[in-house]
Amino acid sequence: MAMNELVRLEVITKIYDLGDVRVEALRDVSFTVEEGEFLSIMGASGSGKSTLMNILGCLDTPTRGRYYLEGHDVSSLSRDELADIRKHKIGFVFQGFNLLPRMTALENVKLPMLYNGIHPSLRDEKAMDALEMVGLGDRAQHQPQQLSGGQQQRVAIARALVNDASVILADEPTGNLDSRTSRDIMDLFMKLNDEHGRTIIQVTHESDMAAYGKRVLTFRDGMVLKDERTGRS
Amino acid sequence: MISLWETSRISFRALAVNKMRSALTMLGIIIGVMAVIMMFAIGSGANREISDRFSSMGSNLLTVRPGTGQAPGGVRSGSVNTLTADDARAIAEECMAVAYAAPVYGGSAQVVYGNQNWSTSITGTTPDYLFVQDWAVGSGTVFTDQDVRSATKVCVVGKTIVDNLFGGEDPIGKTLRVRNVPMVVVGVLGEIGTNPMGRDQDDIVLVPVTTAQRRLFSSSRSGSVSTIMVKAHSSELLGAAQDQVTSLLSMRHRIREGGEEDFTVRNMAQMIENAKAATRTMTLLLTAVAGVSLLVGGIGIMNIMLVSVTERTREIGIRMALGAKTVDIRLQFLVEALMLSLLGGATGIILGVAGALSISRGFGWAVDISFFSISLAFGFSAFVGIFFGYYPAWKASLLNPIEALRYE
Repeated sequence: MAMNELVRLEVITKIYDLGDVRVEALRDVSFTVEEGEFLSIMGASGSGKSTLMNILGCLDTPTRGRYYLEGHDVSSLSRDELADIRKHKIGFVFQGFNLLPRMTALENVKLPMLYNGIHPSLRDEKAMDALEMVGLGDRAQHQPQQLSGGQQQRVAIARALVNDASVILADEPTGNLDSRTSRDIMDLFMKLNDEHGRTIIQVTHESDMAAYGKRVLTFRDGMVLKDERTGRS
Repeated sequence: MISLWETSRISFRALAVNKMRSALTMLGIIIGVMAVIMMFAIGSGANREISDRFSSMGSNLLTVRPGTGQAPGGVRSGSVNTLTADDARAIAEECMAVAYAAPVYGGSAQVVYGNQNWSTSITGTTPDYLFVQDWAVGSGTVFTDQDVRSATKVCVVGKTIVDNLFGGEDPIGKTLRVRNVPMVVVGVLGEIGTNPMGRDQDDIVLVPVTTAQRRLFSSSRSGSVSTIMVKAHSSELLGAAQDQVTSLLSMRHRIREGGEEDFTVRNMAQMIENAKAATRTMTLLLTAVAGVSLLVGGIGIMNIMLVSVTERTREIGIRMALGAKTVDIRLQFLVEALMLSLLGGATGIILGVAGALSISRGFGWAVDISFFSISLAFGFSAFVGIFFGYYPAWKASLLNPIEALRYE
């Protein structure tokens, strides 16, 4: 597998200034992620993993430090520049699925292409491909409320895949799912990683879910506590 | 930035989700625009009709009425009987600028022919009345000055009388009864139409003024008339005619210099202006009310858009996470507000035009549906949509995506 550096964090610090209290959510975090990795970021709540996720996903910028995504410094971009990065390079999978209600699975999957300039005539085909990749080709016309939690999360994964993002960021992707469905979702991630070479970074607080990754970063108090390879790598 | 077409599609779907709410939000705009269209249509229609009818009557007319026109509130005291048919004759003979002058004395009465009866207005006057009014005789003749002198029981009837009383048969030579007085029909007026106040002018019976005074509507002070209609030689001479009539009557009525006149001379051109000004004021007032309704409708749109932004905070967060820029979100909500106001505006225009047309049909009012009023209403609703939609859209576009995604 080609080992190009995809993500490079250099002494990232994030401080939330809540009036009289200053919370240091991340302290001097540095690590890199190679293309094709399946990285799990582990940590209890308050360990700073959600803050890290927001920064990795270009939803937020660090207070200090540098974040290079595919070699470009994205640590001090404007709102709209960050939106540009998100629509081309990042695919989000959320804990609560975050599909738009009253839209079919297909329309939900097409949503990122509305913003990233893919020609309308190509969108249906690309969205169908993505849905088929997650095994939901036959549910394209179903609305989220007609789908099970696991199916909804698959639609969300298809949505993350459709813009050919450089990295899929999954924030507690199995947090709302039972253990069997959780395993199915993890198997899907593994498949996407192994067979399609997709880079996946997931945040979780469950060690058995983290174990699906090839590498686990454990966070505590805003710092990297452990960085270890699992047996899968 | 995504295309306007796609933004419109998203907005339309969002509005379609809450059909009831969207419809109610549009209602304010619909009512406002409808009111604007109808007010403009009726107002300008009335204006046009007033000018048409007055100008068809000729703008070189004066009316002289007894009493002063300066009573508070413009109320005319009609009970003073100071004008006479002799005054009319004197005006016609002595005032250089006057072409014709005709006295008018009459009232409403039942007219009977055979077993038919009809309530109409009886106008006692002289043959010159037809010249003053620019009316023509359709068939037969007018009664003569001799008829006036001897108070003959003859009359000239309007077309409406022929239709309603004689069932269309030729009335000339027939005898009808006015207040039990038998009168011989000597002529029929050509069709005239309605006057500026909307009265059917064909619904009339002309009789010699003396006949009206002595035989039909005898008053305590005999010889008095209610109005003298005066026609100047031309509209340029109207002012001169007005001055001459005033000084002649002042002299005849022995009004001292600077004393209060016991008659009022009114100028038709002034009356046209007054009538138009009244219509204009009314139209302006009603349009202002319609404008307020549009404003309220706009506030309704803003209100609903603010609710909508709050409700869809999570959707906004999702769209932002997927790469929507500030301008994309702003445009989406702005287009939604614009769509509400334009759909409302279009519906209002359709209903307004339909309303104006049915008023024109139902009441026989003149309405003018102008391209100007339609584009004004449409433009105004677009403005309302943008003006009141901008703040909610701006608010939506500045949401923090992280917080928006977390919003329950």
